[in-house]
Amino acid sequence: MTDSAPDGGTAVATKSSIFDGVPEEPGSAKPDSILTVDNLRRSFGGLVAVDVDHLEIQRGVITALIGPNGAGKTTFFNLLTTFDRPDSGTVLFDGEEVTGTPPHKLANKGMVRTFQLTKALSKLTTIENMKLGAGHQRGESIWRGLIPPLWKSQEAEIEARAEALLERFQLAHMRDEFAGTMSGGQRKLLEMARALMTDPKVVMLDEPMAGVNPALTQSLLGHVKSLRDEGISVVFVEHDMDVVRDISDWVVVMAEGQVIAEGPHSSIGSNQRVIDAYLGTHHDSALDFTEDLLGGE
Amino acid sequence: MKNRLVVSLLLVLAGILLLAHPVAAEGEAVQVRLQVRDAAGERTPVVGAAFSVVDAAGADIGSGATDDEGVFRLEVPGAGDYTLTIDPATLPEGIVLANTEATSVTVTVNPGGTGNAIFAVSDGSDGGASLSAESGITGRRIAQLTVDGIKLGLFLGMAAIGLSLIFGTTGLVNFAHSEMIAFGFFAAYFFNFYGLAGVFGFMAEWPAPFGDGVNLIIAAGIAVVLGAGFGWLLDAVLFSPLRRMGVSLIAQLVVTIGLSVFLRYGFLLVFGGNQRFFRDYTAQRGRTYLGLVDLTNKDLLTMVISIVVLVIVGLVLAGTRIGKAMRAVSDNRDLAESSGIDVERVIRLVWVAGGALAALGGVFLGLSETVNWLLGFRMLLLIFAGVTLGGLGTTYGALVGGLLVGMGIQLSTLFIPIELKNAGALAVLIGVLLFRPQGILGRAERIG
Amino acid sequence: MMFALDMGRVMQETMTQAFGPQAVVFAMAAIGLNIHFGYTGLLNFGHIGFLAAGAYGTAIAITSWSINPLLSIGVGIIFALILALMLGVPTLRLRADYLAIVTIAAAEILRLLARSTALRGVTRGAEGLNEWAGGFQNANPFTGIFEFGPFRYLPMQMAIVVFGWLAVIIVSILVWLLMRSPWGRVLKAIREDEDAARALGKNAYWFKMQALMLGGAVAGFAGFIQAVDKATVQPDTFVPPITFFFWTALILGGAARVFSPVVGAILFWFIIVFSESFLSELVADGTIPDSILASTEVSNVRFLIMGILLMTLMVFRPQGIFGDREEMALDDR
Repeated sequence: MTDSAPDGGTAVATKSSIFDGVPEEPGSAKPDSILTVDNLRRSFGGLVAVDVDHLEIQRGVITALIGPNGAGKTTFFNLLTTFDRPDSGTVLFDGEEVTGTPPHKLANKGMVRTFQLTKALSKLTTIENMKLGAGHQRGESIWRGLIPPLWKSQEAEIEARAEALLERFQLAHMRDEFAGTMSGGQRKLLEMARALMTDPKVVMLDEPMAGVNPALTQSLLGHVKSLRDEGISVVFVEHDMDVVRDISDWVVVMAEGQVIAEGPHSSIGSNQRVIDAYLGTHHDSALDFTEDLLGGE
Repeated sequence: MKNRLVVSLLLVLAGILLLAHPVAAEGEAVQVRLQVRDAAGERTPVVGAAFSVVDAAGADIGSGATDDEGVFRLEVPGAGDYTLTIDPATLPEGIVLANTEATSVTVTVNPGGTGNAIFAVSDGSDGGASLSAESGITGRRIAQLTVDGIKLGLFLGMAAIGLSLIFGTTGLVNFAHSEMIAFGFFAAYFFNFYGLAGVFGFMAEWPAPFGDGVNLIIAAGIAVVLGAGFGWLLDAVLFSPLRRMGVSLIAQLVVTIGLSVFLRYGFLLVFGGNQRFFRDYTAQRGRTYLGLVDLTNKDLLTMVISIVVLVIVGLVLAGTRIGKAMRAVSDNRDLAESSGIDVERVIRLVWVAGGALAALGGVFLGLSETVNWLLGFRMLLLIFAGVTLGGLGTTYGALVGGLLVGMGIQLSTLFIPIELKNAGALAVLIGVLLFRPQGILGRAERIG
Repeated sequence: MMFALDMGRVMQETMTQAFGPQAVVFAMAAIGLNIHFGYTGLLNFGHIGFLAAGAYGTAIAITSWSINPLLSIGVGIIFALILALMLGVPTLRLRADYLAIVTIAAAEILRLLARSTALRGVTRGAEGLNEWAGGFQNANPFTGIFEFGPFRYLPMQMAIVVFGWLAVIIVSILVWLLMRSPWGRVLKAIREDEDAARALGKNAYWFKMQALMLGGAVAGFAGFIQAVDKATVQPDTFVPPITFFFWTALILGGAARVFSPVVGAILFWFIIVFSESFLSELVADGTIPDSILASTEVSNVRFLIMGILLMTLMVFRPQGIFGDREEMALDDR
């Protein structure tokens, strides 16, 4: 199940076929959109952080969200996950309008997110972190919580599921350790595994590779691809272009709050608007996706 | 590091205990301050009321009358209980005892201390009972309360700037900040009455401010300098080490609570539980301006000084290098640090400036109302209300919020009883948080 | 010099109070605070307000509405629950420090209201409510003075010591059950990182509200015990600094452990009473001259000590006297 080797080529090719005939331009229609954004605007003071006219995100693939610093990616991400409220506009998730829905309800509908600064819960053990992720727990009612027989059986099921996921994410040996003792990479893994406990349709990853040591990067990439292979849609914000090239089926480029380009990663690099956005309009050479141009904050 | 902290704490404690019993620069005495409050709460002295004093055994000690400031003071032979009796017939025309039965009051005089007796008098305007009985919304009353509110607001705003700046630069919510206000008041009170001889007996023969109390204006200056030093001390021996030890902000917040309890009861131990007045300028008669507003000279002066100080603070923050550095650290600490600003130095300066401003606020508050050791606690809620209203961490927000709280408190007495005016201000605070949690001048934050 | 002191008297006073009615009140109040701060991370600095609600609720139910004393406890707890709701609705969506400011303000508003002339008909102003505790005194099965070992209690105190500690144990067990349930797990997650909990589908706002109400109800019960102990309900016994003593007790025992509030409350009273009565002895036999510390001032010194204790504990042993340092060190913020 865990293919930690990045042999993505074939998988990406098959998934890319979904996009046959989809025009490579901002706001293009997708065959089966799981997230649809219309006229989404958010400003802070006088600064317009996000202003997206229309965007569709395809179901069952890995979509990368990239852009130079200050492009509004994180704000856009917060709007999609309803952690922030837009000034105007709508977000449709699986055909249902979710603008204004509290984030926890969205999570229960099947959209789960991770955070740029990993939120492993330090003073909970790894297994408790995992069990927390499971939805619709009977014991989460204050009254039923008082009477263990009412929730013990469900708890056992959840625990079994959590243990299986820990095994898959190579964290089984940390089962009873406090999450605070984990390395940065392990926390990223835990956060991803914990997200899966919610049985999501869409996983939103905010810079999943940031601060992870290179040895773990490959394993993390493999896990992201395995999500797609299970039919889960993945949206992620990323700075590292190697990662984007490696695992994304479709790339959405943002600059100054707007979506300026869409397409497979192979075509994005030669898009003049993208080059202008990253390098300023005076630069006219072809864009070379290297870390030293785009990486880091 | 930890040892240093312990030693510092012990030093502070030792200092307080040392101060605990000021060697009296003057002998034991009994004192009465007779003032009448008008409907707006302003006090005017009652002159010429006659008192006689007997000791616990009933032996006659002496008699006299209140002076131009409404004060009757009599040296007594030593510590003990004394009974003061007022002759109601000597009260000026129109002034009556609030409780006509209570013509005698017994006070306890501690060694080296003054026993303050309290006689409640009334000019009849409040019916001798609750001030809230005076009501009705008149233009004159609105004008008076607005000016009173601005006065209180200026003091609150000035005292609260440090709280807001400390939060802005360090993220710390300092519950001990209001004790810095009380510190300023008590420092001024101390130098106003005793001078340094209050601590170091051998200085008793030296000239003021060493051997004797000084005029309040000088004492206030000393208090501001000491307040700055106190701010420096708190940061240098307590909070700076805590930051370096990486103690979490929540833990530091609890530390400020412990500190506030410690300081408050320290003040109680040193200065006792009675209401305290300054020696000078306590009871001035007001003058009516524009036929609307009664103000005493000290009201005018303290308001003008507050405005000048606040303008200077504003100019310093807006125009000078250090002021810009403060705002930069407040805005984004990491960015400020990486652009070469010595963040720790800026924070130290914020503590010093905040301490000085709080001390001055304390002196002014002590001039405008009667205060005791609970001054800090009473101000705590008001400055927090102000700072939160204005926007926690914003400099000008502290001022705007302070003014709003001050005016809110005073003007609310148009509609609710005076005894509930602080409750009203706090209720407004909660209301504002409902609709604009970031405060009036604060900006919404981005998540993630 | 030391042997001239009456250490027997000091120990009797200390032990009697360390396990006495006030320790019961503090243990119960600290359990409530532990639910708020220890498990959920809510910065409640107006805890005394919940005790006031509980005490006034009980007394008003009896004096104004002539409700059966046993049911009046319920009224007290309902008052505390209503207070929790009123505090929680505006503040639980806001940053943590706002709750701190609002709770402390609300507790003070309550006290000012209780002593106001406007509500004099119900609360009897600063004088407070006095003649309501008769029902409890009549129901007291204990008579005579109880002396065993270093302990010495009057009948009503004995009743509170027996039934109060029993209630503390029962409530502690309930809290223990709750905190090891999935419900408790969500609270701890919210304490660590609210956004993480929300991202995983937990309604953080509602869980915080439940925690605030549960802890408030427990504190309301503490207020009821306090009222019965004093047989009176006066506004000025509910001054905000008392909240800080609950904090000290909680941190003494070590937050986020089931029995820490109980241990903390006993330790708190042990330290307070021991230092006070030991100092009084020293002042009385002249070891400490009157010029340094007058006998009337001894009781204020204990607050000074408490302030220092709270500061030093928070810096050096935030895990409490018996807590686990390692777990505290995991705080990565």
